[in-house]
Amino acid sequence: MSYLQHLEDQSIYILREAFANFKNMAMPWSMGKDSNTLIWLAKKAFAGKIPFPLLHIDTTYEFPEMLSFREWARKHYELDLIVVINEEARKREVGYETHDPVTVTHELKSAALQQALAKYKWDALVTGIRRDEDSTRAKERYFSPRTADNEWEYRDQPPEFWGQFTTAVGPGEHVRVQPLLDWTELDVWEYVRREGIPIPKMYFAQNGRRYRSLGCWPITKSIESSVDTIEGIVAELKTTKTSERAGRAQDHHERNAMQKLRAKGFM
Amino acid sequence: MPPAPKAVAKDYVPVFFPKRQGGAGASGGAEEARTSIVVVGHVDHGKSTLIGRLLADTGSLPEGKLEAAEKASREEGMPLEYAFLLDALLEEQAQNITIDTTRIGFRYEGQSFEIIDAPGHREFIKNMVTGAAAAEEAVLLIDAKEGCKEQTRRHGLLLSLLGVSQVIVAVNKMDLVAWDEARFRELEKEIREYLGGLRIIPREVIPISAREGATVMRRDSKNLGWWKGPTLLDALVASRAKKPSGDEGPLRFSVQDVYRFDERRVVAGKLESGTIQVGDPVVFFPDRKTSRVKTIEAWGEDQATTKVGAGRCVAVTLEEQIFVERGHVGSLPEHPPVESREVRARIFWLDAEPLRLQAPVTLRLGTQSVETRLVAIDRVVDADKLEAVKEAREEVGRFEVAEVRLRCRRPLVYDAHDQVAATGRFALQRGSRIGGGGIIIFAEYSLSLAKAVKGEHLTWTEGRVTSEARAAHFGHEGAIIWLTGLSGSGKSTIAVALESLLFRRGIGSMILDGDNLRHGLCADLGFSLEDRAENIRRAGEVAKLMAESGLVVISSLISPLRKEREAVRASSHSAGLSFAEVYIDAPIEACEKRDPRGLYQKARKGEIRGFTGIDSPYEKPENPDLILHTDKESVEDSVAKLLGHVLGLVQLKEKDQESAGGLGGQI
Repeated sequence: MSYLQHLEDQSIYILREAFANFKNMAMPWSMGKDSNTLIWLAKKAFAGKIPFPLLHIDTTYEFPEMLSFREWARKHYELDLIVVINEEARKREVGYETHDPVTVTHELKSAALQQALAKYKWDALVTGIRRDEDSTRAKERYFSPRTADNEWEYRDQPPEFWGQFTTAVGPGEHVRVQPLLDWTELDVWEYVRREGIPIPKMYFAQNGRRYRSLGCWPITKSIESSVDTIEGIVAELKTTKTSERAGRAQDHHERNAMQKLRAKGFM
Repeated sequence: MPPAPKAVAKDYVPVFFPKRQGGAGASGGAEEARTSIVVVGHVDHGKSTLIGRLLADTGSLPEGKLEAAEKASREEGMPLEYAFLLDALLEEQAQNITIDTTRIGFRYEGQSFEIIDAPGHREFIKNMVTGAAAAEEAVLLIDAKEGCKEQTRRHGLLLSLLGVSQVIVAVNKMDLVAWDEARFRELEKEIREYLGGLRIIPREVIPISAREGATVMRRDSKNLGWWKGPTLLDALVASRAKKPSGDEGPLRFSVQDVYRFDERRVVAGKLESGTIQVGDPVVFFPDRKTSRVKTIEAWGEDQATTKVGAGRCVAVTLEEQIFVERGHVGSLPEHPPVESREVRARIFWLDAEPLRLQAPVTLRLGTQSVETRLVAIDRVVDADKLEAVKEAREEVGRFEVAEVRLRCRRPLVYDAHDQVAATGRFALQRGSRIGGGGIIIFAEYSLSLAKAVKGEHLTWTEGRVTSEARAAHFGHEGAIIWLTGLSGSGKSTIAVALESLLFRRGIGSMILDGDNLRHGLCADLGFSLEDRAENIRRAGEVAKLMAESGLVVISSLISPLRKEREAVRASSHSAGLSFAEVYIDAPIEACEKRDPRGLYQKARKGEIRGFTGIDSPYEKPENPDLILHTDKESVEDSVAKLLGHVLGLVQLKEKDQESAGGLGGQI
């Protein structure tokens, strides 16, 4: 079996185990390539029907192209899509115009997620995070429990082996289910190519620039590239040594910014 | 702050549709497969340093990582610390200890590897298990100066327990022992002997220095000129196991769920072993209902999928509408798994709170989840000395390894680990936390003789009175004493005598006589081989029920065929019952001479057909629990011998009486 096939099967296994074990799960969806790969895998796992809602946390700094993609995907995949905005923080005028990126990310993403969790009472959230994205994510589990305060106790994580995961949660707690944990950025692109998964056009070069990772427009930089095919992206990745999230400003604001964000509930 | 992006045009198409390259089963780009390696060893023997070195030497680090590590090292006032490449979390850098399993990939000589870094710190051994359970190969690191330490041995033991048998040993920090060959050979001998005791033969034992970069990727002819063997990376490339696909194993289809999102009823699960094809007759355990596979549902595929192999997660629809649910295991009729309430396993325990005898835990195997209890601890192994702990134990402590017997509240479907690895290993969960795991070391395969369950929607109802509580109440355990032998060998005489003796001692007992059964339960059966087999099966099932209720059942049936007796034995063991096969041995001449009911005479005249010993076979037991020579010894002697054996089986040991604590003590 090819390694990509192994990854696909493992992800499907994880998605099904989550659905069988949790009563009320949801899948945050950022519309990026990882998120779209997850939708694809969920379609396969559940024989064509995704039996739980998707959640888009709208920071209000979304690229218009991405909002357009969102509406396309909602129809195309027949998604049960929930969109949330941290209106309270926006009323306080939290934004990139006035605040540092770490604060804004926390308020408009993590706090918004927290609000949604309180409202919908999900006991499991499917995330698209991968170990290779950031070294703090390398420590993650496939099923990673979060406390009622949405915190990650990375010092005392349960063991995970032979396809047996932590599937029980206490009141107010939830589990992050992470089917793409073992995938690399290259794996995702090769899988997108193998399967022909529709993805946002913004990943491809326009006027000599393209996006490698997609976030809020004020803090997401495009890279110089003329690549306009998946083959081109795969070839470019095989030679590059710059990390994927290099274009995301909030990660670089201060040393260990990512770890601080993640301990507070960022994905 | 860059300028806000412009709104998109009305006709903007936000989607890029990549050209599909073939979907499932297509080759996955350049990388056909990847080898997972776990690096284990005692704390501070240099695991993170080795991994950092592997990544740096093979040029596998993303830009900036090396520089960041250099900066972090400088801030701590140290020379470049390769370990900093991995030890990303602040506190790890402060404590100099790896906390959790880290995975990172590298390429060398056109091959792709994934390293799972496993911490050696005793506290974090559960993370090591998490890492090592996923690995195909292991690198066991030993500090050349310190030699084999507790963790070295413990990790070796855990590797063998987790089924990772491809091991390369790297003797690290050779620079600290002045690159001394004699020291290396001494350590090599020691570790080979230790691993040999665990049935692990290391592929290579290699002297290295991760810090200096010697024999990791590059040879160090100046310091290690005496080393003629491979570098660590060459050894990894060479030993990259040809992964067996698992397709050739027996079908084990773990049902994850049944979906009814639309008009289809889709059975979703994982092929732990074997292949599945449209049209295959799949038997689902534990209900043993059979249905043919109608379709394999593969969303997004252009062509119909008709066959899939081991490791794949599939979704199938069935021809017959049989009851199937999560936790069921699909198999082909010719190679069924074991279905039993008894499990013999080698377990490891990770939780701070020990696992105690009789305490309830959940056994999770594949998608099955069954309440179970530890009923016996046969052996606890000291991971340091690899020796059995001498004193009897009532519990398995943290980081201990033990051979145990577990009894489940309902039947578990499984295999022996050496037969089918994926269905021969399990996790043990207490409360909501996984506390340990194990591999199954013994399995009694007998189900090919078992009958398919025909009824629909059957579930196993479990009472609240445990067998221990029953035994404590009656003062003895139930058991099946299976007397077998020719007609006229003395079975009935002995059975009657034994029953009275037991009864006088206050032991509840009951004879199950072949002829008596044929007056009622088996009145519809004749003496063809099929009918005789069914007769034995029914007798066995009745004996089980009676023994489970707490009685000592003395079965007195000719039961001529070995495989039928073995089936009853296996089925009794599966139910957690003691079973003794007692061969009532008397030569046919002696039996014919006795002929208490004149049957031999009739058979000789041809008035009875299919008479055992005359024109129907009798297969002697191969390994009976007891043989009684009724032609040579008196009835009293035979019965006394048998009584002694039976009492040994059913009498409670003092300890059991205390711990069981009367009726309902274990409810």
